[in-house]
Amino acid sequence: MYAGQRFEWFQQVNAKLSIVATPFYWVADMPSKISGWGESNIRSRETIIKDNERLSAETILLKAQVQKLASLEAENVRLRELLNSSAILDDSVLVAEIIGVSPDPLHHQIIVNKGEKDGLYVGQPVIDALGLMGQIIDVGAYQSRVLLITDPSHALPVQVNRNGLRSVAEGVGLYHQVILQHVAATTDIKIGDLLVSSGLGQRFPVGYPVATVTEVIIDPGQSFATVKASPSALLNRSRHVLLVFSHRREEIEDGRQSG
Amino acid sequence: MVVNQGSGHWIIIITLLAAVMLSILPMPLWLQWGRPAIVAMVLIYWVISLPEHIGIGVAWAVGLLQDIVAGTPLGQNALALSVVAYLALILYQRLRMFTPVQQAFVVFVLIGLNQLLCHWIQTLTGTVSPNLLFLLPALISALLWPVLSVFLRLLRRNYYVN
Repeated sequence: MYAGQRFEWFQQVNAKLSIVATPFYWVADMPSKISGWGESNIRSRETIIKDNERLSAETILLKAQVQKLASLEAENVRLRELLNSSAILDDSVLVAEIIGVSPDPLHHQIIVNKGEKDGLYVGQPVIDALGLMGQIIDVGAYQSRVLLITDPSHALPVQVNRNGLRSVAEGVGLYHQVILQHVAATTDIKIGDLLVSSGLGQRFPVGYPVATVTEVIIDPGQSFATVKASPSALLNRSRHVLLVFSHRREEIEDGRQSG
Repeated sequence: MVVNQGSGHWIIIITLLAAVMLSILPMPLWLQWGRPAIVAMVLIYWVISLPEHIGIGVAWAVGLLQDIVAGTPLGQNALALSVVAYLALILYQRLRMFTPVQQAFVVFVLIGLNQLLCHWIQTLTGTVSPNLLFLLPALISALLWPVLSVFLRLLRRNYYVN
């Protein structure tokens, strides 16, 4: 155990050993695979028609939003050029399926069905459709382990979307909560504020939604406010996650030191 | 199935592997804290019934496998299960005489110890449980013990594992 913590080579051995775990997760995942198969194959015609209608409506809506996004992105790049900062590159993503969760309720970890073969690396950000989920901590040949942002050992730099205020969101071991550490009591932060990743830790890309502030407690006796937020990503409900291959970007040292 | 006398050791391996598999089976959120320590239970059963074959070595190997599969620090479950197997080896003559309820009580203590050791090791690596809920599996395992031991005994009788 000591060796596992301290030595590089031991971690590599450990990663190799994780191939032993693959069949176990494969078998443990069978029930949900079967029910998923049943759901997608045994359906009434009406449901499919209804789904189809709903999805095409959604597609039109999303397309409209994307149109707006393209112009916004262009504008964003122009503004960034004005600020003389490096432009955000497009992140490419890979879809992975969750095949297991950590059996220990104290460890918020999930196992996804992609590994070294797909080019995953330790520290890679993981997102779902709604927000940031976590990062990869262990890459095996066919499966990898993801540490979720709500794990007590996880912290990530965020900023308030509204005013750019920077902070650090820490997990507390609850799926519906992260807390912001050391927020001064006079800070401009309100319930409903969206927290996005700030990219300062150089691990997560900038601008992915992380959480929404749900509670701000300002106790005059304490030097810091207690700020609680609920993660945007469906941490314990998603089935598919996206692995982000963010291209190495230079430290963004522009005028975002507001707040 | 062909029943061949005396060579049913594969059933031990299968039950242990199945237990490791069950130990990572996704659980609903409200049941997460109460997941029974199924690997330890199966191991205790085999140690009690076949102490001349199943001992600390097997416990160590199974624990190591569980560590690899569950992604816990390598050696955590191996150590905890070895201690459990050692205690079961000391106690097996008495345990065989006990009624199911008495056995369940001993299982409660052994699995509580297992959980405690695992928790201590996790504390060393920085994960501290906020409360004593991590001992809940001991209680649930003890409650499940009579069922599991009857089931495993049936398997053992059917396949002549000895």
